[in-house]
Formats: sequence, C-alpha cells, structure tokens
Amino acid sequence: MSMNREGRGATAPEIHEVHQDHKTFTGNRALRIEEALLFEIGRPEVTGVDLPEPPKVAKRLGRHERKAPINLPGLAEPEAVRHYVRLSRHNYSIDNGIFPLGSCTMKHNPRLNEKMARLPGFGDVHPLQPQSTVPGAIELISELSRWLIELTGMQAVAMSPKAGAHGELCGMMAIKAALEARGEEHRKVVLVPDSAHGTNPATAALIGFEVKPVPARADGTVDPEEVRKRVGPDVAAIMLTNPNTCGLFERDVVEIAKAIHDAGAYFYADGANFNAIVGKAKVGDLGVDAMHINLHKTFSTPHGGGGPGAGPVVLSERLAAYAPRPLVVSDGGNVALLEHAEGGAAESLGRMTAFHGQMGMYVRALSYMLSHGADGLRQASEDAVLNANYIRACLQDLYSAPAGDRPCMHEILFDDSFLEGTGITTLDIAKAMIDEGFHPMTVYFPLVVHGAMLIEPTESESRASLDFFIAAMRDLAMAAKAGDTARFKEAPRYAPRRRLDETRAARQPKLRWQAPEPMAAEAAE
Amino acid sequence: MRYLPLTPDDRTDMLRRVGASSIDALFADIPAKVRQTELPDLPRAKGEMEVERILGRMAGRNVSASSVPFFVGAGAYKHHVPASVDHLIQRSEFLTSYTPYQPEIAQGTLQYLYEFQTQVALLTGMEVANASMYDGSTGTGEAVLMAHRVTKRRKAVLSGGLHPHYRDVVETLGRFAGDSIKAMPADVRGEEDILGQIDDETSCVVVQSPDVYGNLRDLRPIAEKAHAHGALLVTVFTEAMSLGLVESPGAQGADIVVGEGQSIGNPLTFGGPYVGLFATREKFIRQMPGRLCGETVDAEGKRGYVLTLSTREQHIRRDKATSNICTNSGLCCLAFTIHLSLLGEKGLRRTAETCHANAVLLADALEQVPGVEVLTEAFFNEFTLKVPGNAAEVIEKLAEKGVLGGVPVSRLEPGRPELENLILVASTEINTDDDRAAYAAALKEVLA
Repeated sequence: MSMNREGRGATAPEIHEVHQDHKTFTGNRALRIEEALLFEIGRPEVTGVDLPEPPKVAKRLGRHERKAPINLPGLAEPEAVRHYVRLSRHNYSIDNGIFPLGSCTMKHNPRLNEKMARLPGFGDVHPLQPQSTVPGAIELISELSRWLIELTGMQAVAMSPKAGAHGELCGMMAIKAALEARGEEHRKVVLVPDSAHGTNPATAALIGFEVKPVPARADGTVDPEEVRKRVGPDVAAIMLTNPNTCGLFERDVVEIAKAIHDAGAYFYADGANFNAIVGKAKVGDLGVDAMHINLHKTFSTPHGGGGPGAGPVVLSERLAAYAPRPLVVSDGGNVALLEHAEGGAAESLGRMTAFHGQMGMYVRALSYMLSHGADGLRQASEDAVLNANYIRACLQDLYSAPAGDRPCMHEILFDDSFLEGTGITTLDIAKAMIDEGFHPMTVYFPLVVHGAMLIEPTESESRASLDFFIAAMRDLAMAAKAGDTARFKEAPRYAPRRRLDETRAARQPKLRWQAPEPMAAEAAE
Repeated sequence: MRYLPLTPDDRTDMLRRVGASSIDALFADIPAKVRQTELPDLPRAKGEMEVERILGRMAGRNVSASSVPFFVGAGAYKHHVPASVDHLIQRSEFLTSYTPYQPEIAQGTLQYLYEFQTQVALLTGMEVANASMYDGSTGTGEAVLMAHRVTKRRKAVLSGGLHPHYRDVVETLGRFAGDSIKAMPADVRGEEDILGQIDDETSCVVVQSPDVYGNLRDLRPIAEKAHAHGALLVTVFTEAMSLGLVESPGAQGADIVVGEGQSIGNPLTFGGPYVGLFATREKFIRQMPGRLCGETVDAEGKRGYVLTLSTREQHIRRDKATSNICTNSGLCCLAFTIHLSLLGEKGLRRTAETCHANAVLLADALEQVPGVEVLTEAFFNEFTLKVPGNAAEVIEKLAEKGVLGGVPVSRLEPGRPELENLILVASTEINTDDDRAAYAAALKEVLA
C-alpha cells in the first residue's frame, strides 16, 4: 500500500492550519457535497420502477383496502443513485483506511465473499422451499458448522442466532434449560466481570438472572480467587470475555473454569475477541460451556454500518442437547436440517428466530475460511496480535498502558493518565484523529480504566499503514502535551460535520422527518 | 495469503521492535497445556478460483426461485429488486463502515437511518420507528417485552393467525423471561374469539394481518377491547408490500407495529439476514428497544444526525437496559430504504396491486383443479389452499415437476392432522400467466 503523505509532515506546525473561512455559494466543498433529505427531494408522483399495468381483477381485499395516501416520496433512478452515492461519501469505512475500533474487529471484507453470497443457489433460495431442493444450502451450513466446531474444540454449534447479543441469549438460555433439567432453578446469580461488554449483563437480566460483578485486577484480568469467593450454590454461570476487553488473555482461565465447574455452574465465554486466538487455543480446552462467535468480526462478514451480524453459538457436551431449533446435524455423510424439537430432542430450548439464521453471512464466512485455510487463519491471528503489539511498542512511551510492558493480544488498551493536566480528554483525541483521516479507536470502554482508548488494528493493516498511523498518534500525543488545545477542542474541523449536539437530540427527540406546515396541510387535503 | 499484507521480513522486524523472541512469546499468557501447537485439522489456504469452484458446486445443488414457477411465501417473499439497490449497498462506505458511534464521519449511515425510520413510520401509520431489529420474528418477541414494560403486566395473548415460527420465538423468550404467553390454536379462517381472551391482566394482544393463512383481519375491535382493559395491541405483518394496498395498522389503533421488511429490497437468502421493522407511538419511545437515530445540529448549527436515547441501551444501562440488542440490520435497512425510495408511493401501490391481482388470478386458476378449495376470503397476496391429500407430499411432487408451489402448513405446525391438507400459496409481481398455468397443470397431474 502506498500513501500520499504530501502536505502531511509529521510535526510541521502549519499542517493543521485551517482554511475554513472561504465560504461557497452551495455550502459544498469540492468533492464533499451536501445532500438534502429524501423527503425534500422526492415526489409522490415519481417512481424509479417501471411496472406494467396490473391485471384487471375483482379485488378480494374485503373492506381492508387502504384509502388514505401514505405520502411516500419517490425518486427516478438517476436521482436515487446520486442521493445514496453522496450520502455514502459522508461515511468513513475500512476501505478508506485503518478502522482501529477495539473489540469490533474491523478487518478487510473480501469481495469474493460478496460474490459467493449472491450466487442464485444461495441468495435466491427460500427458507421454506422443500429441503429436497436445497441440499447445497444445508451442506454449506453443515460445512461451516464443522469448521467452527474444529476451531473451537466444542461438541456442537447452534447456527441460528442473528447477532452476538442474540448468541449470548442462546447460550444463557441453554444454561438455564440445563439448570432446570437438573432441578436447580434456584441458581439465579450470574457473575460478570466489570470489564464485560454491556450486552453480557443485559442478556443475563433479560431472562431473569441476577448479575453480580467480579472486580478486576489492576491490569484488567480476573483473579480466580475473586471468583472462588463468589461462587456457591446460588451461582448459575460466569460470563467471561477471553481475550478480555483490556486486550489480555485471561491467563488463569483454566483455573477459573475449574472453580466454576466445581461449584456446579457453567462457563459462558463472550467470543467477541476470538480473532486473537484462532488456531492458537481451542476454547473447548479452556473449559468453556458456551461461546458465541461474531462472524462479522472474526470471519470478516461486513459490518454494514451496524449489521446484519451473525452469532452462532458453540456448545460443550453438557449443553449440546439444549441447542435451539432449527439445527443442522451431521451423522457421518448424512446431513439433516431439523426444524422442530421432536421425540428425543425434547430438551431443545426452542426457537430463536423465524428461519435458519443468517445464511448470507454463513456463505461469506465459509468463503473467508476456505480462502485462509487452517494455516491462513492461524497466521491472521498471529498478525493481528503482532500488529497490536507493534502499536503498543511504538506508542507506549507517549501513551499510558495500564498493563505496562506486558504484551497484549489483538488490541492494546491505553488510559488517559498521559493527558493529565492538559485539559484534553480521550474524546478530544478521538475527534482530532478524525481530522487526521482516521477512524478513532474505541473510547471510554472498557469501563475498568479511566478514559479508555482501545486500539485494534487487525491483521489487515500493512506495516506502512501502521507506521503512518503510529506517526500521527505520536504527533497527537506530543501536541496534547505541548498545550495545543485548539487542535483538539475544535476537532473535527474537516469532517462533513463538526461535533454534534447529542444532548439536544436526546432532550428534544426528533426521530422522523415531518412535512413543514404548508405541505402538511396540502397532504391532508 | 492474499488478505495478509505483512511479509516475513516485516514480521521479523516488527517482532524485534516489540522485543519478542518469537510470535509465540506474544501468546505466552495462554497456559502451555492448552496452547495449540498443531494446525487445526482443516484444509489449507485456497485461491479465489478454487473457493469459487467449491462454493459454486454447493450453490448449484439448489433450485433458485428465479429458475422455476415460484409461489413460496409464509414469511419471506420473492420480489423484483431494482439493479441499482444491490449496486448501491455495495458502496464501500456503506458496506464496510461500523455502527455510527462517531457521527461526524458517519452522516451517510445516520441520514439513511433517519429516512428509513420516517418511511417505516409512514408505511405503518405510526408516529415513530426505530432503526430496525434482526427480523420480524425477534422483533415480535421484543414487542411483547416492551408491552410488558409499558403496562407493567406480564401476560400476552397471541392470535392463532400469528406465524407459528413467530409464536415459537415469543414463547421461547417468554418461557425464559418468566412471562405468561397464551397462544390461541391455529386459526385458518380468521374466526377465533380473541376478544374473549382479553382481561385486566393482559399486557398485549398480538395479531398478524395479513395473517399466516392469508386472512386480512379487522384490527379495530381488538384495539378497542385491548385499550378498554389497559392492554396494548401489537400488530404483526410478514409481507411489507401489503402496506401499499391494505389499510395501515396505525389507522386501526395499533400501539406497536412490528413486521418483516425483507420483501422490500432484500433477497430471500434462505432465511436471513432480513430486517425487522418496529414502530410505535411517540409516548412509548423511552420503552422502545433497539437503535434510534435523531436529528440535531453540529457546532456550526448545521443539521446532522446522531444515535440517540441510548440511555435505554445495554452499553449504557447494562443489566437495566430495555433490551440486550446491540446491532440493527444496517445494510438490510439500506436495501429497504433504497428500494422504497425508488418505488415511491406510486411504484409501491402499483407493485402491491400487481401482487394482489396475480394472487387473485392464481386462486381462480387453482380452484379450477378438481378437489381443490381456496379457504381464504379476504387476502393480499397469499391464501390457504385445501387439497385432497397430504399437502407435504403434494408440494414434494410439484417440486419434482419443477413448480415450487407453496408451504405445507404441516411444515410449520407438525403433528396436527386437521392441518395436513393445507398449503400456503403466495404470489407476487414476478409471476406470469405461464407460471400460473404451469402450477394449475402440475397440480392437476399430481392430484390425478
């Protein structure tokens, strides 16, 4: 990858001179073009879809036909293409540059995967057409299941959960079902370390568990002694992210698992950070009973501006029987898609979604896995970890790492102690990164350190890209320490928008476009 | 490996800079006895051509909807999607961006979500809509949980016309959350006495229209009875295109409207990813699940958009959140909103009218087959067909003749003899006179 560094000297003071004073007639700035709302440019009488006149029939709608207009605007195709292309240019994306959002694993999304997902045999098949007409679709799910089981060393995989949090729900329901089968419904407590994603406590609470925190050591890891103190006959499970959200592998995980199992509870692992350990450790060997896998993180299915995700859940032998339906099972060469819990499968926890899950994501994930192979997957994890450590090594003299010199996994956590006395915050650093052309790292998460900055470069970055990022981050830290406050407080200056007023958005919620008064009156006529 | 930019020399240099003796030194926190030394027992890396060959072979084993006369619905529908939709959603800046947590560089995503929310509110006749759920079925589960929060009651009544898979999703969630769910028996003709189920402990009544058997339901009396008892009416749809021709649930008194948006802009893809639509009244927004995008201004006073009311959400509220949901269905929302912008009022109406007309023509054609009866009186684009024989076998034989003729009800409701001769048959704008003639002829042969 070659980068144009023209005009971007690392320390020259003129680099952040502002030329915002020049006004333009349109409000546009060359390639950056403002775009009005669909409702301001579309017209109800316009359509971008040509269909023949519908056949003339006597309608059979009873008395249910719509009488009032909807007032939906339409666009001709050139208008629609321009509207969405312009909007797209107001977004940052991985294809633009490094997207070091910690715990989100923003890696390259191979285009082969998009092509494969659009093959008619995958993209244009219905979930309820006869199974005899979709053997290849079932085969694909089965093959992906085999890879996930082998990579995790677990017993079974429930494919249908639609996203990470949905997978958590699946795993925790399986645990609850297993406890009920044992007649131990009194186990109500779920231990959740303070560093956990918010979805963990939210999921546990959703199905009636009571969440109890487990404090972290100074470096963010969990002390098995603290777990031992809290386990007892009332504890159902622990939910542990490993590697954790501080970017560290929980080195006492085996001991923690043993403490949990000895007390009769289950070990739920949040697989958000699986990308660090593929081919390096099997979670089955760590004592995990259930773990969701974010196919949109580790296995590169596109994040798409916030979804769709996919969250298959691998299960241990102790929980496999409780897997939801539908379920793809493989017995030797025979593969079957079980849609209902019949006969011997009475333990199944039930159904979590209407159909078979996120097939479009399965195709992309398998395409990614086949491309990498066992060797490439392990190499990807190693490169992800190496890239994060390289950033750590190159920034730790200027930024403050709570874990000190200790190597990290695939992401490096800094806190804001290096900013002390500057008046500049973690948020200001993030906004200044935007002006430098980067997407910021994850900020203020995990909650266990002050002003967290969590940087996850992934394996997709070249060394040149990392060096460029590091140079900019060093420059920012030095500028902050030198008291160049304006560069931070006024940032971002070059983004499509300056800082947005989030308080106003929450206090006076405006969640949809409303016709201005004269138009509203017209529409009502 | 074509996706990994580091060279062996890079790795060596970088390890030196890090001060690690080997890559394994960076993994030293993994206890030695569980560290994996062997490669996983899986194939090695492959080039694009080989991957295409493997996946192409699997895909080739399936019968795609476009290749045959196709009448399968029951919650997912084959519509024509304009070519520009799939092109636009693959713009890098949409496809490879994240949740818009840094709004200054995510205005593209935020603006289309705001437009999406407005379109969904208009279509459903409601005041506000969220930025989508995983799909219609999980959205229905969330709607019931929301009704419990609003009414502070925990008893939901589900109509027998609700899609059985949706019912199962709600029941699963209800069972684990400790709520009471009363599901009415399968109601093929829309005759159930749901009003009799509503009392002062009911949190919500969940009614689908068009229902899974195709019936268009009169929602007004249910809304009135529910409201008289302090309960909410949750309405469900699985065919979003119906909203172009059928009276909106909002106009009939619904409090929460939830449905599957796949029909507009999104391919069938064997069941997912899809996009759940979720709308409600303004007074309930703080009890709503899922992401919301709102309008605001930036530091220069320019209009802009942000994710808002996040104090409802898990990343702030943790175990007190309204839902554990963390993602929406971003790219599927985008496909929905682009397709609907292209359709506009005029195109939506015409598409919906064509779907309905084609379904009427299909019903007429199939009723000509001896022994076959259409059970549904008022419908949009799907109806229940009664055949003299086992419906699952009939569908299988039709498939052998190259017609995908619908969904046997027994696939959704197994072990119910009284439903075993029923087929759900759907038609959309894609179907032609030839398709209908082929279906009728094949059905006649299969039943002969």
